[in-house]
Amino acid sequence: MGRFIILVLALGALWLLLSGYFDKPLLLGFGAASVLFAALMARRAGIVDNDSVPTGLFPGIFGYWLWLTFEIGKSNIGVIRHALAVEPKLSPKLFYVPCQPKTSVGKATFANSITLTPGTVSVDLGEEGILVHALTEDFADVGAIKEMGDYVARIEGSEA
Amino acid sequence: MIDWDLIRDLLSWALFLTGGFSVVAGAIGLVRFPDFFTRLHAAGVTDTAGAELIILGMMIQAPNWIVVVKLAFIAAFLFLTSPVATHAIAHAAWMVGFKPMQGPDLRYEGDGK
Repeated sequence: MGRFIILVLALGALWLLLSGYFDKPLLLGFGAASVLFAALMARRAGIVDNDSVPTGLFPGIFGYWLWLTFEIGKSNIGVIRHALAVEPKLSPKLFYVPCQPKTSVGKATFANSITLTPGTVSVDLGEEGILVHALTEDFADVGAIKEMGDYVARIEGSEA
Repeated sequence: MIDWDLIRDLLSWALFLTGGFSVVAGAIGLVRFPDFFTRLHAAGVTDTAGAELIILGMMIQAPNWIVVVKLAFIAAFLFLTSPVATHAIAHAAWMVGFKPMQGPDLRYEGDGK
């Protein structure tokens, strides 16, 4: 039930901010009705769980996003340098990174963070962990990527 | 008296120029890199630095707060969805058995002695 209320509040906030109507009762009523309808349909379909409303990741996810932004900035500079180098010295590599997050949202967040960071792309998720393709030997820094996974695992751990 | 409009223009122009530079650099990388998987990395630069910096510059130029909020939504949804798209392509290529070049001499696996 708590999750359902959070979903309604989040959808309501999204509707309000996207529409920009704050003083038209008729339109606000339609908005409230559509938000409730969408939330009830989601509930009826049984998809209001930790995957669609990942309350467990909040509020730690905000600090993580900020940290991730700096990581992305750093590796962007690295990839741009390779793209514009007179003679790019690439040494692509495929390797597995252990996946510490246990929930599916945590795994998705971790794998997406790897992909979002230029220079590394997550290719597959298997028993051994996440299969990562890196642009060069420098980007294939298992320690740094594991650090990212530890961070995500810490955030999702706050729910348990 | 501080000229806020001038500061706004300077800041957003700096963001537009670095963002535009990232888009161009990503495009150049896309053309220059040797195989499919390495090209994905170049596209990642355009996806992240390029798009987000330009949106940030637009936010500084926005006439009112509702536009800022909408741009923030665009930035957030791009941030959440672009890696999904990149992964979908990479995973599809991997699943059909498309192997990447590896090592400093850019060899396909099983290629050469």
